[in-house]
Amino acid sequence: MVEFNHITKKYGPVTGVQGVSFKVNPGELFGLIGPDGAGKTTLFRMLTTLLLPDEGSLSMAGKDVVQDYRFVRSNVGYMPGTFSLYQDLTVAENLNFFATLFGTTVAANYALIEDIYRQIEPYKTRRAGDLSGGMKQKLALSCALIHRPLVLVLDEPTTGVDAVSRKEFWEMLKRLQAGGLTILVSTAYMDEATLCDRVALIQEGRIMQLDTPEQVISGFSRPLYAVKGERIHRLLEFLRQLPQVVSAQPFGDSIHLTLVAEHCLPEVQASILQERPDAVTEAITPTIEDCFMDLMPATHG
Amino acid sequence: MDEQSVIEARDFTKKFGSFTAVDSISFTVAKGEIFGFLGANGAGKTTAMKMLTGLLTPTSGQARVAGFDVWHEADKIKRNIGYMSQKFSLYNDLTVVENMTLFGGIYGMSMPEIKDKAAQVIDKLAIKSFKDRLVASLPLGFKQKLAFSVAIFHRPQIVFLDEPTGGVDPVTRRQFWEMIYAAAENGITPFVTTHYMDEAEYCHRVSVMVEGKIMALDTPAALKARYDCKNMGEVFLKLARNPG
Repeated sequence: MVEFNHITKKYGPVTGVQGVSFKVNPGELFGLIGPDGAGKTTLFRMLTTLLLPDEGSLSMAGKDVVQDYRFVRSNVGYMPGTFSLYQDLTVAENLNFFATLFGTTVAANYALIEDIYRQIEPYKTRRAGDLSGGMKQKLALSCALIHRPLVLVLDEPTTGVDAVSRKEFWEMLKRLQAGGLTILVSTAYMDEATLCDRVALIQEGRIMQLDTPEQVISGFSRPLYAVKGERIHRLLEFLRQLPQVVSAQPFGDSIHLTLVAEHCLPEVQASILQERPDAVTEAITPTIEDCFMDLMPATHG
Repeated sequence: MDEQSVIEARDFTKKFGSFTAVDSISFTVAKGEIFGFLGANGAGKTTAMKMLTGLLTPTSGQARVAGFDVWHEADKIKRNIGYMSQKFSLYNDLTVVENMTLFGGIYGMSMPEIKDKAAQVIDKLAIKSFKDRLVASLPLGFKQKLAFSVAIFHRPQIVFLDEPTGGVDPVTRRQFWEMIYAAAENGITPFVTTHYMDEAEYCHRVSVMVEGKIMALDTPAALKARYDCKNMGEVFLKLARNPG
């Protein structure tokens, strides 16, 4: 449905994205996972015809995005990272405006947005600028969907959003996907990767890995252990000075540990218990965040 | 006020017309404690922080911050705290050194003091090659670490960190928390908001605000035990799922 082919974009001397290629299948929920500045927005802006690539080609539904920009514009729904609706129009006016812009009506496509729009309909006479963050997001999503696009592009929809609302937002995306929509979504929250069908892990303009979340995780090269104990920060300092430890990184209430070799585990466990009799060490399955950190260039930071 | 506490709020309240944004919250924060200030969007965190930092006058209640009264000594509070957020921290069109000089100057540091401190920060962050570059040209990770260093440049008693790690890569996010720990060990009290629930586990104590009220306040371990949850993410979901 969407195809990026060796896409490069530079901003003066700064490289936005470098030689990026990937395909998104029809009906897929595809995630671009990476921190701010990785190039996620640049890729989305090229796909939505708002930026021209310097090199490479990209297509949507078999049509070239640069040549057939009109086709793309009428078939893509785009929700930018910053709120971009008209602040001084009401909820209903914004929705009507976008429907009219695409030559359709709210009534014609109401079924598609009903699930989302119903939640903000009680406030339909309120100006968009006066809505709470969560309601703005629902309105923006409704406006991006009102022309029944083939592809929905969401740029960091959950940035700055609390854990509860993030969960609800992803439930909403899953329902839209079930209706047949192809969705591209970007996020800096690594835990959201597992909610996508496939993900591209992106950093500094390059895709480091592209696969299903399960495959990304099973590709993690070394055994991983979690150490749980009190006073994480002190425990971390202790673990980092052990010669058998390659990396020790805090993950909430535990520390994730990789070792020079698997057979070092008993020695390491003995050292830990000597220092912290209450600490528990166990083998664990890595998270996407472990994988991302493992893939990041060693020179970083 | 207890000598060891740096924030003490009692029945602290802010109303906007008929809407109560912060509803009679009471809590204390001890010196050197990493205090996590959690809550859903719209729960009242930002309003509470604005009052604590002297930017907004409360409607009622009392609070002392860094030893000063929010009602009568807001200027003194501002001189004794640091602040950084994901959205605003440094001036993009000034260089690294210019930013440090500006913020040091605003907080009344002398030029020799500023020079000395700037050299320390540049050394610690290993950003010598960046020192005369515009902040706009720095990678985000560096920018956030630099912003934090600048926020504690004048050795404030408390540093308010409003979602400091939003959008930051996972390695830098962890380096950032090591800086928070180091600051706390040096007697600067970090007061942190975050949407990353793993970061809630790194705090010494955490409060959860729901609809203007503090619904829970304790150590992460005690909260997990009380609500019978595996992690702080579950605690948050249990407490913060509000009808909005």
